[in-house]
Amino acid sequence: MDVLALARWQFGIVTVYHFFFVPITLGLSVFVAILETAYVRTEKEVYLRMTKFWGKLFLINFAIGVATGIVQEFQFGMNWSEYSRFMGDIFGAPLAIEALLAFYMESTFLGLWIFGWDKLSKKAHAAVMWLVAIGSNLSAFWILSANSFMQEPVGYVIKNGRAEMNDFFALIGNAHLWYQFPHVLTGAMASAGFLVVGISAYHLLKKSKDSQAYQKSMKWGMTYGFIGAVLVIVLGHVQMQYVMETQPMKAAAGEALWETESPAGLSLFATIDQEQHKNGINLKLPAMLSFLAYNSFDAQCKGINAIQAEYVQKYGPGDYIPSVFWAYWMFRLMVGAGFLMLFIGIYVLMKTYKNKYDFSPRWLKILIWSLFLPLLGHSAGWLYAEIGRQPWAVFGLFKTSAGVSLATPAGNVLFSLLGYIVIYLLLIIADVFLMKKYAIAGTEALIKE
Amino acid sequence: MDLNILWFILITVLFVGFFFLEGFDYGVGILLPFIAKDDASRRVVINTIGPTWDGNEVWMLTAGGAMFAAFPNWYATLFSGFYLALFLMLAALIVRATAFEYRSKHETSQWRNMWDWVIFFGSVIPALLWGVALANIIHGLPIDSHMTYTGTFFTLLNPYGLVGGLASLSLFTLYGAIFINLKTNEALREKSKSWAKGLWIPAFIFVILFVLISGTATDMYTSRLALIVAVLAAISIIAAFFLIKANRSGWAFVATALTIVFMTVMIFAGLFPRVMVAVETANNLTIYNASASPYTLKVMSIVAAILVPIVLVYQGWTYWVFRQRITKDSSLNY
Repeated sequence: MDVLALARWQFGIVTVYHFFFVPITLGLSVFVAILETAYVRTEKEVYLRMTKFWGKLFLINFAIGVATGIVQEFQFGMNWSEYSRFMGDIFGAPLAIEALLAFYMESTFLGLWIFGWDKLSKKAHAAVMWLVAIGSNLSAFWILSANSFMQEPVGYVIKNGRAEMNDFFALIGNAHLWYQFPHVLTGAMASAGFLVVGISAYHLLKKSKDSQAYQKSMKWGMTYGFIGAVLVIVLGHVQMQYVMETQPMKAAAGEALWETESPAGLSLFATIDQEQHKNGINLKLPAMLSFLAYNSFDAQCKGINAIQAEYVQKYGPGDYIPSVFWAYWMFRLMVGAGFLMLFIGIYVLMKTYKNKYDFSPRWLKILIWSLFLPLLGHSAGWLYAEIGRQPWAVFGLFKTSAGVSLATPAGNVLFSLLGYIVIYLLLIIADVFLMKKYAIAGTEALIKE
Repeated sequence: MDLNILWFILITVLFVGFFFLEGFDYGVGILLPFIAKDDASRRVVINTIGPTWDGNEVWMLTAGGAMFAAFPNWYATLFSGFYLALFLMLAALIVRATAFEYRSKHETSQWRNMWDWVIFFGSVIPALLWGVALANIIHGLPIDSHMTYTGTFFTLLNPYGLVGGLASLSLFTLYGAIFINLKTNEALREKSKSWAKGLWIPAFIFVILFVLISGTATDMYTSRLALIVAVLAAISIIAAFFLIKANRSGWAFVATALTIVFMTVMIFAGLFPRVMVAVETANNLTIYNASASPYTLKVMSIVAAILVPIVLVYQGWTYWVFRQRITKDSSLNY
C-alpha cells in the first residue's frame, strides 16, 4: 500500500474509533447534568444514585474519548501536511477555538466534578456538570464547522496557492454546519439514551435491588433517546435534501442511482457494479426517491453518470465517483439503525409511561443489545459523509490525494497505524471490562464510596 | 507590532504555560512507581494531580491548535517531520490519560501495577521528547525549499537534542518531586524531599550543560533576551538547591518553575523571528513565511483576547479549590 492509502486507512480507523466514545460523551454529559439537577431540586436520594452511577460510566467512556482525541488534532500535520498547508488558514482556527473554548472548559470542570463532591455546594457541583456538558457539546460545534467547510467551502478566497479565510462568520454560519451540528447532537442524545436503556434493561432482567433507579433510568433514558432518535431522523432527512442540492454526487452515490430518472425509485437492495456503472439486482419503491428528495412524486433525480460528466466539464478530466458500494450501504445502515431506534423507542415508551416495566426477558435482551444501534448509526453516517465526498478532501477545491505528507515514508505510516491498532485494541478491552464491571455492580455499589 | 509577532509570543506563552503546569504532572507520573510503594500512598501521589492534570494537558492541545491556526506551515512541517517522535509521544499520552482514570477503578494489584507503569512510561516519554523536539527546532534541521523535513527520526537524536531531552526530563522530574512535597504530608512529604535533593543534581547538570552548549550548537545568544533568561535559568536552578535544603518547598517550587519558564523563553527568544531553523538558512521557517493570512490572525487575536483571560480565571479557581494537601484520609477519586 502507498502512503496515501495507509494515511486514509489510519484516518478512518482512528476517527471511527474516536467517534464511538464522543457521542456517548456528548449525550451522557447532558443526561447526567439533568439527573444531578433533579437531585438538587427534589433532594431525592434516587437521583443521587442515578447521577453517581451514570456519572461513573460517563467517566470511563470520557477517558478514552479524550485520550484518542489527542491523535485527532495532530494527525493532520503528521499524515496530511499538504492538506494542512492548503487548508490551515481556515481549518486551524476552529481547531484552536475548540481547544480554547471547549477543551479547557470540559477538562477543567470535569476535574472539579470528579473531585469536588465534598468541596463544592450541591448547586455549584451540579452547575459544574452543566459546564462540562456545554463544553463537550461546544467542541462538537467547532470541529463540525471545520468539517462543514470540507463539505461546503464558504467564506474563503484562493490566494497564495492556498485557501484563505475572508469571512469568519460565513464559516460558522455555513448552512451545512447548521444541518450537520443538530444532526450530530441529536444522534448523540440517542447514543446516551440507548446506553442508559440497555444497562437499565440488564438490571431489570437480573431483578437487581435498586429497581426504582433502573425503572426511572429506563423511562428517562428512553425519553431522552427517543427524542434524539426522532430528531436525528427528521434532521437527517432535511440534511439529505440539502445534500441533494449541494453535493449531488454524494446523494446519488448513496442511492446507487447511475442514470438520471424522473421519477426516481428508492432502492432497497442493490448489487453494485462500480466498473460497469450499473447495478445488478435492484429492488425499488417506485417514485419514492423523488418524493424524499424533492417532496414531489415526479421530480427528476440526477444520476451519477450525468453528474460525472458535469464535473469533468467543471473540474477537468478525472473520476469524480466515490465508492458507490460504501456510500449506498453505509447510508442504508445509518437509516436502518435510526428507524430501529424509533420503533424500539415507541414500544418502550408506551409501556414506561403507563409505569409498566414487565418487559419479557427477550425484550430486555433486545434492549441491552440495542445500545450498539446508535453507535452503528454514527459510524455508518460518518463513513457515508466522508467516503461520499471523495475524491475531494475539500469539495470542489482540493483532492484527498493531494493532501498527504510529502516526505513521510510509507513505513512510518504503517508503523504508526499498527501502533494505534494495538493500543486501541488494548484500550477497548480495558474500557469494556470496566464498563461491564461498573454497569453490573449497579447503583448501590457507588453510594458506599 | 504586527500580528505575526503577537502570535509568536502567544504560542510561546502557551508552551510556557504548558511546561509550567504539565511539567510537574509528568514529574509526578515519573516518580509514582518509585516514590510510593504501597497502593494507598500511590493513590495519594496520583491524587495530587488528579483534579488538574487534564486541564493542564489542554495547554498542549491549545498550543498545537494555535500553531495550526496561526502558522500552518510550522504545524505541517514540524508534525510531518517529527513523525515517529510525535507518534511515540501521542501513544504515551493516550495510554497515560486512560491510566489516570482507570487505575483505581479495579482492585487487583496486577491491574493497578500495570497502570502505574503505564503512567510512568506515559510521562517519561513526553518529558524526554519535548526537550529533544525544542532543542532540534533551534539546532537546525534538514528542511528543503518546499518546507519539507528531509531527515529521519534518528536525525533528531543528535547530542544537542539529547542534552535538551535530558534537561527537560530531569527538570520535570525534580519539579514533580517538589510538587509532591508541597501537596502531601508525613512519610511522602519526607520522602519527596530527599528525592528532590537527589534529583536536583542531574537537573542542575543538564540545565547548565544545555545553556552552555547552546552557545556553540546554536546561534540563540545573538538574541540578548535569550542570553539574559539563560543566565536567569542558571541562577534559579542554583537557588532551587538552597531552597530545597532550607525546607522552603513553596519557594523551591517557584525556583524550579522559573527555571522551566526561563529555559522555554530562552529557546523561543533564540528562535525569533524563525519558527524552525533549517540547515540551509534560506529554508528557515519564519513567522512570515509560515504564517496564516492577516485576516485569520486578526480573527484569532480577538478570540484569544476574549477567551484566554476567562480560562486563566477558572483554571486558577480550580487550583484554589484543591489547594489542600492530600493524605490517605482525603477522598481519593483516582
